[in-house]
Amino acid sequence: MIALLLRDLRLATRAGGGFGLGLVFFLIVVVLVPFGVGPETAVLSKIASGILWVAALLAALLSLDRIFALDHEDGALTLLATAPIPLEMVGVAKAIAHWLTTGLPLSIAAPILGVLLQLQSSAYVFVAMTLLLGTPALSMIGTFGAALTVGIRRGGLLLSLLVLPLYVPTLIFGAEAVRRGAQGLDATTPLLMLGGITAGSFALLPFATAAVLRINLR
Amino acid sequence: MLAVRDLAIARSGVPVLAGLSFDVASGKALILRGPNGIGKTTLLRTLAGLQDADAGTIEFPTDEGAYASHADGIKTALTVQENLAFWADVYGNPVPDTIWDQFDLADLKDRFAGTLSAGQKRRVGLARLGVIGRKVLFLDEPTVSLDGFSVKLFSSFIRDVHLASGGIAVIATHIDLGLEEAKTIDLTSFAADPNAAPNGDDEAFL
Repeated sequence: MIALLLRDLRLATRAGGGFGLGLVFFLIVVVLVPFGVGPETAVLSKIASGILWVAALLAALLSLDRIFALDHEDGALTLLATAPIPLEMVGVAKAIAHWLTTGLPLSIAAPILGVLLQLQSSAYVFVAMTLLLGTPALSMIGTFGAALTVGIRRGGLLLSLLVLPLYVPTLIFGAEAVRRGAQGLDATTPLLMLGGITAGSFALLPFATAAVLRINLR
Repeated sequence: MLAVRDLAIARSGVPVLAGLSFDVASGKALILRGPNGIGKTTLLRTLAGLQDADAGTIEFPTDEGAYASHADGIKTALTVQENLAFWADVYGNPVPDTIWDQFDLADLKDRFAGTLSAGQKRRVGLARLGVIGRKVLFLDEPTVSLDGFSVKLFSSFIRDVHLASGGIAVIATHIDLGLEEAKTIDLTSFAADPNAAPNGDDEAFL
């Protein structure tokens, strides 16, 4: 499993691996928002945390279809299915690799880009913290979605349609925790819910991922 | 020892082979022959556990099987060395030093797999079989896009390294691999009636 994780990280950082694409997309979306809604500080700082969360979610979505599609095209997925690593662990390794190449850089970049959106100073810590806590769930749910659409040609759009509704709870609790935290209210409940979603998706979805992969490889 | 009894298999729900039985002893190879569409790939995938059989049993030591298809699973952005090291690592083995000579890859070791020709890439794909250390190999057209010299390299790997160390190989191929002692099965005589109802009801099919 470590071998697969290291290979995927290496592939992501090599030419054509797509590392940084999500990050650049995130940057562009955040830069575009002030052009769209106007530069008033009051308006921007009110929506800043929500925009950062939605942009991070879309950026994570961008690279999901690569998770299994490339391995399926060149036959590596079939070979992995007959290898001594359980497919459940293949799913976990893929999700972790996706998180390390998108979720983690996004969480680090979000507070920095918050400056462009007049993010309240009290919210910086909460944006980084909620993204760190919530983006692993986005990667795991996305890995499951990628496994569902693995055999389908140009399944990227279908994948987005399948996965986006599943992202709703993560978005709601993530954005809510930032809002409460920024206003100095108690954010424990949404943070616990966010952590629960991440823990729950890593506990259950690897099995679902392996099951749909087995069906798709038949 | 690989033992197959009364095997019936289907491709996408259409029965292709039925009543197939054979044994392959350790150190022996079995060549599968038959026209396109007879079910060679389906049979190999079933043996490798990628799909379920409709009926019959397949027995070989668990955790000893390995499958190789037309697609090699070679990553073009990794070097030849990195590709083989990955598969060795997945199977928990070191990469044997002898592999580079066995498949004539010594000069290509540090080249990116994306810069190789189709035949060279195929050799890397076959070298994977040498690093994973599995005893029972299911090979689907292993010699596609190989030249005569590479076919000889592959045959001598199967004969002198794999079979000599007590391995088993089941190979679907259309060409003569020069494995004189190998048993050959022509699958044509086991073809199933495509209109026969597959074993089980719709629920089992799903």
